[in-house]
Amino acid sequence: MSVDKVREPFVRISKRASIELWRSWLFRAAALFASLVVCGVIIFALTGLNPVRVYAAMFSGAFGTVKRSWVTIRDLMMLLCISVGLAPAFKMRFWNIGAEGQILAGGIVSAALMIYAGNSIPLVPLLMLMFLASAAAGAVWGLIPGVFKAVWNANETLFTLMMNYIAIQVTSYFVALWENPYGSNTVGVINQLSKGGWFPAIFGQMYLLNVIIVLALTILMYLYLRYSKQGYEIAVVGESENTARYAAINVRKVVIRTMLISGAICGVAGFIAVAGAGHTISTSTAGGKGFVAIIVAWLSKFNTLVMVLISGLLVFLDKGAVQIASQFDLNDFVSEMITGIILFFILGSEFFINFKVRFRGRIKEAGK
Amino acid sequence: MKKLLAIVIALAMVLALATACDAGSGGAKTLKIGIILVHDENTGYDAAHINGIKAAVAAVGIDEKTQIFWKYNVEENEKCYDAAIDLVEQGCSYIFSDSYGHQDHMLRAAEENPEVVFVSMTGDKGALSGLPNYKNAFPHTFESRYVSGVVAGMKLKQLVDENKVLDSNKNPDGTIKIGYVGAFPYAEVVSGYTAFYLGVKSIVDNVQMDVTYTNSWYDPTAEAEAANSLVSRGCIIISQHADSTGAPSACEALLNAGTTVYCVGYNVDMIPVAPNAALTSAQNNWSVYYTYAFNCAVKGEEIVTDWSEGYATGTNMISELGASCAPGTAEKVAEVEAGIKDGSVQVFDTAKFTVDGQQLTTYLAIDTDGDYKGDTGDPIENGIFYESKLRSAPYFALRIDGITELNAQ
Repeated sequence: MSVDKVREPFVRISKRASIELWRSWLFRAAALFASLVVCGVIIFALTGLNPVRVYAAMFSGAFGTVKRSWVTIRDLMMLLCISVGLAPAFKMRFWNIGAEGQILAGGIVSAALMIYAGNSIPLVPLLMLMFLASAAAGAVWGLIPGVFKAVWNANETLFTLMMNYIAIQVTSYFVALWENPYGSNTVGVINQLSKGGWFPAIFGQMYLLNVIIVLALTILMYLYLRYSKQGYEIAVVGESENTARYAAINVRKVVIRTMLISGAICGVAGFIAVAGAGHTISTSTAGGKGFVAIIVAWLSKFNTLVMVLISGLLVFLDKGAVQIASQFDLNDFVSEMITGIILFFILGSEFFINFKVRFRGRIKEAGK
Repeated sequence: MKKLLAIVIALAMVLALATACDAGSGGAKTLKIGIILVHDENTGYDAAHINGIKAAVAAVGIDEKTQIFWKYNVEENEKCYDAAIDLVEQGCSYIFSDSYGHQDHMLRAAEENPEVVFVSMTGDKGALSGLPNYKNAFPHTFESRYVSGVVAGMKLKQLVDENKVLDSNKNPDGTIKIGYVGAFPYAEVVSGYTAFYLGVKSIVDNVQMDVTYTNSWYDPTAEAEAANSLVSRGCIIISQHADSTGAPSACEALLNAGTTVYCVGYNVDMIPVAPNAALTSAQNNWSVYYTYAFNCAVKGEEIVTDWSEGYATGTNMISELGASCAPGTAEKVAEVEAGIKDGSVQVFDTAKFTVDGQQLTTYLAIDTDGDYKGDTGDPIENGIFYESKLRSAPYFALRIDGITELNAQ
């Protein structure tokens, strides 16, 4: 046949028009499984340890005891809160990589209220005040690049990134102002004795309030993006600004409003980090979670309910990594390698979900 | 969605089963000890702790594999609290943390777990917290700093005698410049650099010291830059209270390029990275404390709230002298060390330094209630400022004449 003269490439890649939901999740599950196998081989090759025992240790590190489970849940909620904050901005194709700064802005305000008003205002109004103030601080931190983008079309990626560094410097300033004792460069635990401004234990659980706040935000954001007019506007602006204009959507207004919301939620994350977890403020209060949340937001395709799963996976990997290092006396870096491999596979699975790969010789079959 | 949930749950159950099988290990000895470290063996400070713990484990007869639980790279925030609680959950009845910034978080864990003993090494809230299960410990690092200062002083004297001290190494008033790379501007560092300075001064009287802060315990680049800038200001000896080899490496490069500069390290023996420039390093032998504390743990005895010992019990020392040390250094060091042991040499002898031109007669060391009376007394007795006596953590935070902080906050 004459067709045989044309040399077929070994692999051909084509975009999938659509994929069933179950099939896409099957790909993801397969990727997770494959990554565990690859990690197992590497663990055994490097350390000679039984990979199953290592995975068991990871599980025990995250859920081994009731308290560990709660710490895992607390960290999950933290990551989820930031991801939820990023969701509207990313859906609008506004690359807010400034969550770190927005968290710190909220954190500083919360810490300030704890330090200056922690022992004079009753707990419930104080917490409400801290919530609002930190949301406002985060909103301002998000608003600045939002306005610049909306009005002058300034590059939001660079702008939000630079705002992070400013926030870190501002935090350093306040840490130096509040440091205890002088010169130690740490604020220490704020209101250690009075516990002023700390999240109260609910039903004996000190992290339950974190869960309530974050899950409420998650559900509200889901409804907002999916069912509200504003959520629809965000989606349209994200797809095409020109379409949005054609549909008489005020793009500037949407950009600014969305960044206010995005920043405010990240600011609340700072409030939770300070009042609900650390009870201190430092330049590591955000601790890179603002960047990890970008992965969460992307992997979940800005669906805040899926974010619960993805945040859970990442936090689980992190906790597991620490336990491996401790239990098997391995360096932390081995466990970080595992996390890296698993993430690589999961991100890689998105490729196979979006594209179809055909090999030479199977074209007839595939072409049916 | 349901399918995924089913997969996740199935996976979780399998792993839970595997974990359950894994538990139940542990020998006849039931004592478990948790260790929280701010970094890992790659930093000199933590390496010194790790070595101390391993030596103590061998001396006391504890099985490291089953009885010691390590937590590496624990940040000085709620992660420390999490780590402490996690160690409690794993059955540890004694928990040690090695960095100053851990202490508030250790204190919180101690409040919540009165049955577990928490030791915050280098912390200073032990006695004042009033918690019976919260302890502090700190060696007499100022003693080894003083001795390392003597080593530097001997070198400086040799340089003076050989006319290697240039005019650029001197201030307009004729004092010779030396430098110090500090981490943070608080008592632990101030006490250390003052002891070093007084050690140098005991050999060469006309010295003046510049101090630069890096605001980090471990930052090789910043420490190297700080050393470079101090040397460019004319400092001829560089010492440090920071945990990396940054400053000695910088000094070695400068020395090999023709600038006369020598350095004194901390914790780590710097001779491998600076064979020509390094004179010695001030060191702590943490095994003395860990052996004491582990013995208490094994026997069920109470650990003292504030533990601080020095040369007298082998807790402090300096590392091996480098090839560049002046002749006669070893003899002088032996003499000073003997003096420290028998008390005839006192590091903070108020006759040997002044503050704002005045000799010190009284000092408010620890005053948490703000009544301008020392909570636990005055550290100065008979003209001697006793460091680490009122509590284990250093409280000498005076800026004495002859020392200039270049970038204090």
